[in-house]
Amino acid sequence: MTKPQQDRAQDRTNVLEVANLVVHNTTLTAVRGIDFTLPAGGRMGLVGESGSGKTLTALSLMGLLPMGWQANGSVRHDGVDLIAQSDKALSSRRGRTLSMVFQDPLSSLDPVRRIGQQVSSVIRRHTDAGKKEAERQTLELFRLMSLPRPEQLMRAYPHEISGGQRQRVMIAMALACYPQLIIADEPTTALDVTVQKQVLRLLNTAVQERGSALIMITHDLPIIAAMCDTVAVMYAGKIVEMGPVAEVFRSPRHHYTKGLLESQPTMDNIALDGSSRLASIPGMVPPLHSLPKGCAFHPRCSAATERCRTEIPQLEPGARRTACWHPIAAPAEAAIQAGVSAS
Amino acid sequence: MNRRVDEVHLTPPLLEMRQVTQTYSLSRKSLLGARPTLTVLDKVSFDVRPGEAVGLVGESGSGKTTLTRILTGMEKPRQGHVFYNGADIWAGDGERWRNFRRSVQVVMQNPRSSLDPRMRIGLSLLEPLRSLKIEGDHAARVHEVLDQVGLSRQALERYPHEFSGGQLQRIAIARALMPAPKVLIADEPVSALDVSIQAQVLNLLKDLVNELGLSLVFIAHDLSVVAYTTSRVSVMSAGRIVEVGKPLDLFTRPQAEATRNLVGAILTVEAGLAGNALA
Repeated sequence: MTKPQQDRAQDRTNVLEVANLVVHNTTLTAVRGIDFTLPAGGRMGLVGESGSGKTLTALSLMGLLPMGWQANGSVRHDGVDLIAQSDKALSSRRGRTLSMVFQDPLSSLDPVRRIGQQVSSVIRRHTDAGKKEAERQTLELFRLMSLPRPEQLMRAYPHEISGGQRQRVMIAMALACYPQLIIADEPTTALDVTVQKQVLRLLNTAVQERGSALIMITHDLPIIAAMCDTVAVMYAGKIVEMGPVAEVFRSPRHHYTKGLLESQPTMDNIALDGSSRLASIPGMVPPLHSLPKGCAFHPRCSAATERCRTEIPQLEPGARRTACWHPIAAPAEAAIQAGVSAS
Repeated sequence: MNRRVDEVHLTPPLLEMRQVTQTYSLSRKSLLGARPTLTVLDKVSFDVRPGEAVGLVGESGSGKTTLTRILTGMEKPRQGHVFYNGADIWAGDGERWRNFRRSVQVVMQNPRSSLDPRMRIGLSLLEPLRSLKIEGDHAARVHEVLDQVGLSRQALERYPHEFSGGQLQRIAIARALMPAPKVLIADEPVSALDVSIQAQVLNLLKDLVNELGLSLVFIAHDLSVVAYTTSRVSVMSAGRIVEVGKPLDLFTRPQAEATRNLVGAILTVEAGLAGNALA
């Protein structure tokens, strides 16, 4: 039995509008002005390597930035600007309209409280449900996440269950109050490969069932392909490419996106006889304190020219956006251009 | 379920463990009860031939780490034997042990924790030569190894914190190469690295096997990474090796349940875009 506590009347509105988000501390700027919008129920993937700013972006949406870090810009959600909200106001939102699933479930669960109590306390805090009702809803969530023996699980402690089960509990907790938006930061990276798929499948159906929008943060491109409808690729604190997943992954326009896709050792591109070589992006991710001038990717890019070394490219407007002075032409587009120059 | 492909190889193994069983005793359940034992490895045989790259995959808890510890001599097996170059490493004299120790080197998962943060890279690289009491022109050896892994000499004066994870893993590989080993054992060498760096390190390992004629034992939980790097893969489950085969055979015709699970767990971009990745 499901009972949406929020009317899905605002289905056509955006659940999140991020404009010119900058995240910095006194010496470093980790997120250097990013914009994106997410429609209600939408699924966006945020891809990036360590230091790309993807996690700080998520934490700034949640109001959970580490000490010393500050967010500027605007983040519109549910009629308010999250950045201007007080800690208290944000705290009443977390778990209710916004929630987050972290990478390591063991460090996000309280080790000395029973699991059932931890999940039902979220429900009791944000709704007017009593103890019995909250427990009933918790059981329902455990069943939604296909957790074995939900009744016993209510009384278990986090150390008594497996990593995959713990992460399913975290997802259950995040979805408890039918949030408009759930942010999952590398939710399966700490799990065994064979459990990963099951957790993703459950996250997929549960998010759908609860009608939440999803931001999936990961460096794992196949996960984005499986879970999301749009993707934003971050590099050195900026979004360098964004658009529908299928278009971006089938015909990447930014050289970094293309490099990422080609350097993954998956069944897509390895010849399994062992004679193949993976394409790799040369060089390394630049440290925040010494970002190159111009396009931050230019030292690693084969298409870089003088302009890339001096001017920072901006995302062009539209559904398919690329921040690159020399974007890779889509096959169809290249054909059209060739046709134009021939005529 | 065992599919043995090693009969086709004619060269004898360089490093081999034969019928190894490893048990740990657990704490007593009751005051007068016997101590229960946990069998982590159950009659496991595993080998690598000169110049060969072999892989070992399995879920966490399958016994990969214990196998690695026994293969590198960090742990002595309760039953069974470990042979290097045909000689039992636990049965010989000190000279045999030293020869084994310099010939089999390990690269760990996290380079940041395997390098001393207060030691300059140059000194870290010399450490294996010092502890293994290897004579010779150390400076020349350092430069040679730096070239092999593609690092500049400026790295020698710097400290680990000045490097990114990918560079540190190169340094860890360089350190493992210092005593001129014959076998390199890499335990999850890329899982802690950034995606764009993983391919660099995998290519480097592949090149080292080809150019230096090294034997490589590559241990990971991700079958696709192992398949890319090695030519023969063993699949572990619950303390046993349940299947051995060429990567292509494991992918296309997995026999053991553990192999089917690992193959089934692989997500690809294409399957994701087609909408059937999570089916």
